[in-house]
Formats: sequence, C-alpha cells, structure tokens
Amino acid sequence: MTAAMLSRRRFVGASLLAGGGLMFELAVPIAAHAADGAEPRLLTAFIRVLPGNRFVIGGKNAEIGQGAKTSLPMMIAEEFDVDWDQVTVEQTHADQSLFGAQSAGGSRTTAREWLPMRQAGAAARQMLVMAAARKWNVPEDGPTTASGMVKDRRSGRSIAYVDLAPEAAMLTPPDPSALKLKDPAQYRIIGKPIPGVDTPAIVAGKPLFGIDVAQPGLLHAVLETCPAVGGRFKSANLDTVRALPGVRHVLTITGNGEAESLLDGVAILAESFWAANKARESLEVAWDDSAQAGFSTESYAAQAATALGAKAASEVLRKGEPDAAFAAAARTVEARYDYPFLAHGTLEPQNCTALFKDGALEIWAPTQNPENGRGLVAKALGIAPEKIRINLTRIGGGFGRRLMNDYMVQAAAIAAKVPGTPVKLLYTRQDDFRRDFYRPAGWHAFAAALDGEGKVTAFRDHFVGFGTGEAPVRAGELPGAMVPANLVDAVLLEQDLLATNLPTGWLRAPGSNALGFVSQAFLDEVAEAAGKDLPSLMLDLLGSPRALAGEGRGPAFHTGRARGVIEKVVAMADWQGRGKLPKGRGKGFGFYFSHAGYFAEVVEVSVADGQVKVHEVWAAGDVGSQIVNPLNALHQVQGSVIEGLGQALAGQKITQVAGVVEQANFDTHPFQRIDATPKINVEFVITDNPPTGLGEPALPPVIPALVNAIHAATGKRVRSLPVDLA
Amino acid sequence: MAIRFTVNGAAREIDVDPEKPLLWALREDLGLPGTKFGCGAGLCGACTVHLDGAAIRACLTPVGSVEGQSITTIEGVAALDAGRRVGEAWHTLDVPQCGYCQAGQIMSAVALLTEVPDPDDAAIDAAMAGNLCRCSTYVRIRAGIKAAAKSRGAAA
Repeated sequence: MTAAMLSRRRFVGASLLAGGGLMFELAVPIAAHAADGAEPRLLTAFIRVLPGNRFVIGGKNAEIGQGAKTSLPMMIAEEFDVDWDQVTVEQTHADQSLFGAQSAGGSRTTAREWLPMRQAGAAARQMLVMAAARKWNVPEDGPTTASGMVKDRRSGRSIAYVDLAPEAAMLTPPDPSALKLKDPAQYRIIGKPIPGVDTPAIVAGKPLFGIDVAQPGLLHAVLETCPAVGGRFKSANLDTVRALPGVRHVLTITGNGEAESLLDGVAILAESFWAANKARESLEVAWDDSAQAGFSTESYAAQAATALGAKAASEVLRKGEPDAAFAAAARTVEARYDYPFLAHGTLEPQNCTALFKDGALEIWAPTQNPENGRGLVAKALGIAPEKIRINLTRIGGGFGRRLMNDYMVQAAAIAAKVPGTPVKLLYTRQDDFRRDFYRPAGWHAFAAALDGEGKVTAFRDHFVGFGTGEAPVRAGELPGAMVPANLVDAVLLEQDLLATNLPTGWLRAPGSNALGFVSQAFLDEVAEAAGKDLPSLMLDLLGSPRALAGEGRGPAFHTGRARGVIEKVVAMADWQGRGKLPKGRGKGFGFYFSHAGYFAEVVEVSVADGQVKVHEVWAAGDVGSQIVNPLNALHQVQGSVIEGLGQALAGQKITQVAGVVEQANFDTHPFQRIDATPKINVEFVITDNPPTGLGEPALPPVIPALVNAIHAATGKRVRSLPVDLA
Repeated sequence: MAIRFTVNGAAREIDVDPEKPLLWALREDLGLPGTKFGCGAGLCGACTVHLDGAAIRACLTPVGSVEGQSITTIEGVAALDAGRRVGEAWHTLDVPQCGYCQAGQIMSAVALLTEVPDPDDAAIDAAMAGNLCRCSTYVRIRAGIKAAAKSRGAAA
C-alpha cells in the first residue's frame, strides 16, 4: 500500500443494507509502525447498523483467550458512541488487505489498534452527526450523540442512528485523522469491566472452536509422523490399514523437510476421529531417522558443560571494557543457570479443517497467525494465495504454539489429495506434545564485577543455546538489550550454539520467560554479595529516569517506568517487613521488562520437607495510560503469574532420547492446577504512555521472584528449572 | 449394535461400536460438541460429563457401558438448578479466557455443588484439581463456585 493509494482510497464508505440498515466500511490509515518496518496501510473495520438500532461490529483478530475479540470492538463502540448492550461482535475471516494485521502475538494488538480502532468508530459517528445536521438544517458542530442517538440540544430533537441511514449513505466521509477523539474521562465502555463476547456461548457449550467445525461429508484425519522429528518416510503397511473399519483413505504425505511447513507423514482418513485413531494402532511405518537419532537431553547437557568450560564461539555484545572492569573488581560473583525445553500444551489440540475444491482451498483454522499460514500453504502446495480462504475459529489456547501453522499446511496437503471432501485433521495429545515448537533449553554462566561500594561495574553472560553457525534458533536469542546488560557500563555477552532436531518456537513471553528467571535470580545473588536486597540493587542500576534505546525492532526501555513498578510492589507486598516472617518462610522479588510492559512481582513461599508452597503473589505493572478492559486485564496477569509458577514448580520439562521427545501427556509434562493457586494481588501503575499489551509481560518476573523467595526461606539457590529441592 | 441411553433428559439411540468412548459418541454421533477432547487419558477433565449425576471422564468411558443410564452434558446442565447458578456466575465473573476447558470445569463444579452446597477452598480444590485450565483461570473458578453457592435458593 503506497501513500498515493492511501490518499485515493475512501476512508469511510456507508451504504444502505437491504431491509433498512446501514453498512459502514471504515478504512483507517495506519502509520507505519517504526518497529514493524512495514509500509503504511489501511485498516478496515466494519459496523453494521441494523433495524432496531442495533450494531454489529467486526472482531478482526484471532481470539485465543487474550480478549481481543472483545477489546477491539470496545474501542470502536466507544467512539461510535453506542451502548455496549446494543452491540454484537462478529468474527471476520482472515484478509490482511481488508483488516490489517490479524495476528495474536507479541502482546502487540493493543498498542497497534488503540488509535485506528477509535478513529474508525469516530469517523462513523461523525457521518451520522453530519447526516442529522443536514436533516435538521443546523451547523455540523451542533448535534451531540449518546447511546446510538443523535441529539440537538437546542431544539430537543433526537433521532436513532438507523433512521439516518439514507442521509449518511450519501455523504462524503471525513478524514478520521482529523477527528477529535473522546477525552478518556468521558469513556463509558473503555476502562469498564466487560465480559468476553463469547462467554455466554462458552457457558452453553456452543460450537466455537476449530475442533468443533462441522461440514457436510467431512472426513476425520489423523497424521502419523516420524517420532524423531524430521525423519523421512520409508515404507508402511498402508493396505492393511485401508481395510480397517471406517477407514476411507490412507495417504502418504511427502514433506519438504521444514517442520514449520510439512514433514513426511501417513494420514488416515475415516468416518470418525475415533475410527481413524483406532486404525492408527495397526499402522506400522519404517522411518529413516538416522539424522535425528543422535540428539538427546543427555548429550545437550554434556556439550553445554564442555562449552561453558572453554572460550565461547562468538561474541554477541561487547560494551565498554569488561575485561578491565573484571580485573579491577573488588569482588566477582559467578553462577551458572539452566532451563529445559518446554511444550505449549494448548488444551485444544492442534487441528485444522480444509476443503480443496475447483482449485481453491477453504480453511477453518484456530491460528494465531493466519497470513503466515496462507503463505506457507501457498508455497507448499503451489496454490495461489488468493485462492485460499481462511476462516478464523475461536482458539482453545495459543501461548505462541499457533503462531506456527504446520497443522494448517498438513490439513491442506491432506485435503488436496481428496478434492471435494472436507477434512478435519486433529492431533492426539501425544501428537501435540511430540510435534510442538518447543521453548528452547539454555545454559548461562554469569559473572558480575562489584567495586568497593557494592556497585555493579561489569556483567558477563556466556550463553549456550541452540542454533546453526552464529544464528540462534527461533526464540533462542540472547538480546543485547536485556536487563541488566542495558544498565551496566561494561558488558560481555557471548554464546555457543548446539545443534538439535527439535523445532523451537515462541512460548508466552518468549526469550523473557527464561532470561527473566536466570538474570533476576543471578542478580539476587549479586545483591546479596553487595549487602543489599534486589529491589535496592535494581533501583541503583536503573539510576535516574531516562529512555534507553531498544534493540532492533524492540521498544525503548524507560528506567523511570521500571522504578515506578518496583516501588509500587515493594509497598504492596510490605517488602520491608519481610524480616518478620517465621523460619521456613520467605519473600522474593523479580522485575522484568518484556513486550513493552514493565512488571515487578513479589512471591511469598514456605518450604517444608522439600515441598514449596506459594502463599501469595503481588504484581505491579505499567502498560501505559489506559487499561482497556480491567476484567480481562486482571485475568491476563493472574494467568501469567500462575503459568510462570507452573513452569518452575509443576515439573515441566521436555526431554529427548535418540531424537524422540519422551513426554506424551499432561502426567509427564504437568501444568499448574487449582490446588496450587495462591492469592494474587494486582495493581497497575498508570503512566502517560500509549497503552500496550498484557498477554505476556507479567509472566517473566514471577519465576525469579519465586526462586528468590525459596532462597529467602531456605538459604538454597535454585539455579535450574524445574525446581527440585530433593 | 444399538445402544440406548438418556442424554440431557431425552432418550437417544445410536448404532456404534460399544467400545467407542462416550466423548466421541457425543461429539460425532449425537451432535453435542460442547464436551471437549483434551488428553484422551483422563488427565485434564475437559471431557467431564455427568453419569446419573456424578462427574465422569467421557474420554475413558466406553459408550456401551452407559446403556440405559442418564448422561448430562454442558448443553443440558443449565436445566439443573446448580447448573443454572454456575452458568450465571461464570458469565457475571467472566471466568473463561480461551474457554476450551470450561465445559469440563462447569460440569465438575455443578457436581460439587450438588453434593456440597457451600464448599470452602479446600473442598473446591479437591473437587476441581482434576480439571486443567491451561489459561489458569483458577482464581475465578473458585470465585464462581462460591458465587453460585451463595445464589442458592435465588429465583431463576
């Protein structure tokens, strides 16, 4: 989309609907976000004004439980000036040329949509005001609006939006960027606790999710792939399986060697999922996994230990004079930390429905990243992107797993072999655990130099992760802008990268969910050596309020906002009074900055017989000037906190023998349960900054806060996850 | 083989392999997709339904074993007084995030409230620990059960 195209295109179109309503199509120019690197583009929202003065607003983003299907229409409805109970939200299909970005990732939706969604609503409202002014022959700045009505205070006249449809449809639309938006003090929807738009349907058990997609003549598919990810198909007893009850097709799928696209497999299509999966028990496949069989958890650990004992392969960042600073240090603190691979375990297993007919594909997908899927399907199957329609279903948990679209390519590849027949591919739980894109494991050897006053003068991290050459795997990067590397004058970050056959991916707060743990737990050790507590050490490191440049596309880091949440949580959690806790009980602190959000958290634990009990958590966050939906915001923080505690305490780790992942269900890769849920106190520090997202930034700090609390309670340092005090 | 049982108060008859799990019979043969598949091994509780009022895991229950018995699913639970109260509390407090586990959570919560009208935290945790919520909506599940307990006796 070029600037010239932007200026030529109408910003708002209004047209009459059959039956007397009005359809607004609102195209709002979005300035290229510097961090996006994308060209300016149009965002199209829609509002349908229906007889009875009711309004249908399009919800354009994939809904994974993060609340965007409710929060984005709230922004439109606020400026359109209607009541929320007049609004119905309708999920759009995937089309970025119409709707702009529709992905659910990186906690970016709120920041990206905050302005254009409100402008869209304001532009539609303005057209109705103009229509009323003409009808009443009054100046356009005269009429006001409320609850879907235009009013003229002087004459006392009022008219419903729907009754202005004929006039509004004739008008030339206003430029949304020239419209004055509401003063937040006037908000009647934004900032109010509004339940999710799908909650009534969820409670009633209505079909909403990808797994619930129904189509006439649908066949159910299961897909067998090599247990060691990446192995190639050699042969199978296909005819035996074809003869089993209910089985309609048994197909070999030839992959392209890319896990994020399509790997070799055997698909069984049957009249029911159960029949397909039962037939699978009789399937015998010979795989060539000679290139994968050498990878194991044990060998990664041995290679990491060797690497950490030697000079690193490459430097990621050298800032100031770290060697000189360490040589001059009054004291050096060193410690090694590590964490395992993790799976996502979305409760709705990966699935996708596809129909290939007349050279075109229709897809029903629970995907966080639909346009990425369209591109992958087009490339893998040689189908033009415009011949692929993607319908967005509600998503039974994302956490980053569904930013990948392997299941979409697989379903499309299977459907392409049975033209005219819709196919629903569903993973079993074992498939889901063994075909994940895992949070990568990592090892860190840290060192910090302290001067005579206990000030940190240098910071070093020798990181061992995974990658090829000097290119780390997805979600396995060591960012130079991470806290505290961005706060210390002399820094050396270096790395060694190991090979793996496991595909890796983004897990809620990717990078930060691991780096927050290791860096803040290590800094707690540094603080102890310096004779301080961690909040004090952090405030020393942060110094005066100022903005520090982010790395690459990353956001700037404002030290003042970090101070604000640290000071807030210290007060909330009675941090200074922690010395009064009984023996065996302790409080720990953690801070992290991720996804543009600032969170500081305190965890209180007791430890008895090696068992950790979390009693209470305090979280203070700064995500800008406005909490869009406080009901959901609280939910996101509570969920992040419990998920983070689970990563440390529930026993989660993905391990591998001979290239194969060992975990296959929730018993061996457990997630947190209700009986381990503590009291969680949440407060937001409101600052004069544009609102940003809440899906992720509350997660990273809770893990170091937890292990630092275990240290406070027991004197033991936890330097490896999951926590094992035995 | 024809299998007859009652689902949400209505007599149903299906002709399927009696070994087929009740979960898939509900979803595929009876047009009731509200009951969810999560693990297939009785570990997550997403498939929880009631068998003669008690919470069971439909993914481990062969449909042949419920012959002649009465099943209640999420689609029909609002007909029970406790089901109605739990549904209202779930909506008012906005318990779901992604929502995928909530059918199972609600079925377990209704079974609990039917047996223990006014459960404390310990009773809630004991009854609900078999239901995994990957979004961790546990704070609100506890609050929802307490709100539903409190509204006992209130008019529909």
